[in-house]
Amino acid sequence: MGYKTFVTVVSTTNGLGQTTPLSLIWEDGRIYRIDRILEVRRAASRSAGGKGIRYTCQIRGKTTYLFYEAPRWFVEAKSDDPPLNIYDS
Amino acid sequence: MERTILHCDMNHFYAAVECLYEPKLQGKPVAVLGNPELRHGIVLAKSDAAKRCGVKTGDTMWMARQKCPEILFVPPHFERYLEYSKLAQEIYYTYTDRVEPFGLDECWLDVTDGHPDTGRRIADTLRRRIFEELGVTVSVGVSFNKIFAKLGSDLKKPDATTCIPADSFRDIIWPLAAKELLFVGPATNRKLARNGIFTIGELACAQPVFLRNLLGKPGETLWQFANGLDRAPVARYGESQPIKSIGNSTTTPRDLLTETDRKVTLYALCESVAGRLRAQGFCCRTVQIGVRDNQLNTFERQTRLEFPARSAKALFEAAFELLESSLPSRPIRTLHLRACDLFLQSGGQLSCLSSLFFEAAQIEKWERIEETVDTLCNRFGAGTVRRGILLCDPALSDLSGPGTLPHAYCDVR
Repeated sequence: MGYKTFVTVVSTTNGLGQTTPLSLIWEDGRIYRIDRILEVRRAASRSAGGKGIRYTCQIRGKTTYLFYEAPRWFVEAKSDDPPLNIYDS
Repeated sequence: MERTILHCDMNHFYAAVECLYEPKLQGKPVAVLGNPELRHGIVLAKSDAAKRCGVKTGDTMWMARQKCPEILFVPPHFERYLEYSKLAQEIYYTYTDRVEPFGLDECWLDVTDGHPDTGRRIADTLRRRIFEELGVTVSVGVSFNKIFAKLGSDLKKPDATTCIPADSFRDIIWPLAAKELLFVGPATNRKLARNGIFTIGELACAQPVFLRNLLGKPGETLWQFANGLDRAPVARYGESQPIKSIGNSTTTPRDLLTETDRKVTLYALCESVAGRLRAQGFCCRTVQIGVRDNQLNTFERQTRLEFPARSAKALFEAAFELLESSLPSRPIRTLHLRACDLFLQSGGQLSCLSSLFFEAAQIEKWERIEETVDTLCNRFGAGTVRRGILLCDPALSDLSGPGTLPHAYCDVR
């Protein structure tokens, strides 16, 4: 069972209104650059709770789901690990 | 061409949304409960695990706990349900523009294209999409009319597709109990049972004239439903059903004991209903009240207005007279007010009567006052101008307290 961690996201929005997240800032201030976005779709997060636009991101070689649930961004963190472990390569 | 109608029903809707937002609740017996402090503490929806313990929608908190001691109660989040309903409809609209909502969690879709497999294919895709995108499960009924599609979605739950084709509907539908058919409520079911009609098949084989004598015009309609003759179309995008009445009800935070209690509550209801009548441009000719006492005995009364009205004052005067003339011996727990027999008001509807009848002139004057109050409230916020009587007991006059339905989901028929 995961938990919902709200994060700060640096993103760009183009003239068509398409938003691309570039990096996310964890709650302790560490910045994680998003290397690649593999997929964008509407999806529910059954492990963390909620739904929104889901960005499947590659961060430091790992795949992470980043959700935009207006007006906030969140990631699914693992409850049995320190939150940052999901991003450690 | 034979139609392909889908009926999509989101399973345990409120409970499913709550479990999605609080994953720790998943798989546990959960009930969404109205606010017990405001005496709205009944089960609004329950999870599958709670259902297996026998918990039913409408059970009180103590009944639910008796059936399932480990049950978890969660408060409702109506804004969330409205959002979910809208998102589900957006998904439905990607398949057809004929989408007709039936409450927040149900919709009919007309996906007719002539191919026999279209219905099941779209139904299965919809179930997968809604689960992936919204995280809730859907049961879908596929048939050639709305009634059987609805019946199909009720047959297998949760997360299933049930097809009821025209060539075999008798085998599937007719053995079912008559009460399974849409619009066969407990009273109709009792009447049918008294006359030896227990299944949909028996209803279908009865004489329409007999059913008309027994149930009135709805009897013939039920006969048509049972025989698969429902031809009602699925409303197209943007179409809306004509509004037949506008109403609102409240279960008060405490019993209504005095005349002032009844006046405050009734005025609050009249303000709400009259405001919506004016917003929609309607006048009403009939006012109906519903009363439930603290022993849960219920009755309804209605009266025809001397002059059509859309002011809270006119509605109140008629409704209060009705209430006082049929006052129950026990204190009142729930009050319901409905404006019926509606018609669209064109400007100065009463003006031709104003010169003839002093009362008509008075009604028109009050309408103008209340329209001015509407303008002020729209500009400066709800409650900017309020009737003095509503300040006597803010708790009774507050119809939008936590746990009550949002204004938009008050009763519009």
